[in-house]
Amino acid sequence: MRLSSDQLILWQHGFIKLNATIVTTWALMFVLAVGAKLITRKLATDVTISRWQCALEILVTGIVKQIADVGLAAPRRYIAFLGTLFVFIAAANLFTIVPGYEPPTGSLSTTAALALCVFVAVPLFGIGQRGWRGYLKSYLQPTLIMLPFNMISELSRTLALAVRLFGNMMSGTMILGILLTVTPFLFPVAMSALGLLTGMVQAYIFTILATVYIAAAASGRDQ
Amino acid sequence: MDNTTIIAAASIITAGITMGAGVFGPAMGQGRAVSTALSSLAQQPDAAPTITRTLFVGLAMIESMAIYCFVVSMILLFANPFWNHAISAAGAK
Repeated sequence: MRLSSDQLILWQHGFIKLNATIVTTWALMFVLAVGAKLITRKLATDVTISRWQCALEILVTGIVKQIADVGLAAPRRYIAFLGTLFVFIAAANLFTIVPGYEPPTGSLSTTAALALCVFVAVPLFGIGQRGWRGYLKSYLQPTLIMLPFNMISELSRTLALAVRLFGNMMSGTMILGILLTVTPFLFPVAMSALGLLTGMVQAYIFTILATVYIAAAASGRDQ
Repeated sequence: MDNTTIIAAASIITAGITMGAGVFGPAMGQGRAVSTALSSLAQQPDAAPTITRTLFVGLAMIESMAIYCFVVSMILLFANPFWNHAISAAGAK
């Protein structure tokens, strides 16, 4: 039984392998980029706007409000990164409704890459907000003895981000595969709906946790 | 019992025990978290967005403990390196 779509090799030339995860991610990138380009081609500011633009505005203002609620002062500065995280993971999990699709977030490579992005982004935003000394001094809070623990907690929460998303998505697809061999119709449909719900919740959790980490790094002085 | 049998038996038994023991703690923890969130929602309904968001974040952190146990169990059953090594050694013989 395949653990993830990493093991499905679609094309191979020497040591360069294209597996289903990469191709699915490319397809997702294409759909998201083309969709965004098409919707934002003619932005209107009067009373009647197109439905797609309205949906996108709901999404953007919702994310801005969530970022501001967590405690980041200028949400527009971070929405490029955090919004992309949420939209990518939500789209990757939501397209499970299409038959024959395996979510790329069900592979540890994709979730590890996303967690590494957060791992790199937290010091970047922290140093951009507080400068080198301010950010590095936060590792010595509250006392000097906490330095190794703070560093270990940085690494472990990155690992937790990756494994949490991977475990949730992989378990959803695996339970569906096992149930399909046992009971044909009713149970797999219910589990598929549950899989969609957990996919959306996990996208939200990933983004909110990334926001909390960035807020702790960027404005820890105010705590 | 040769090596392959020992590895298979140990992996299967450990996978089952890992899942059984591993989800017990997080389930208790999540139950307590939700019950406390419900009682605080009943006391202060205006703070519902903050309470709900904090509840979800807390539930996700607790859930990740169960997810770790699930991942280890899946690895033991489907991507077991010891089993693969034993099978390739037995196949080469």
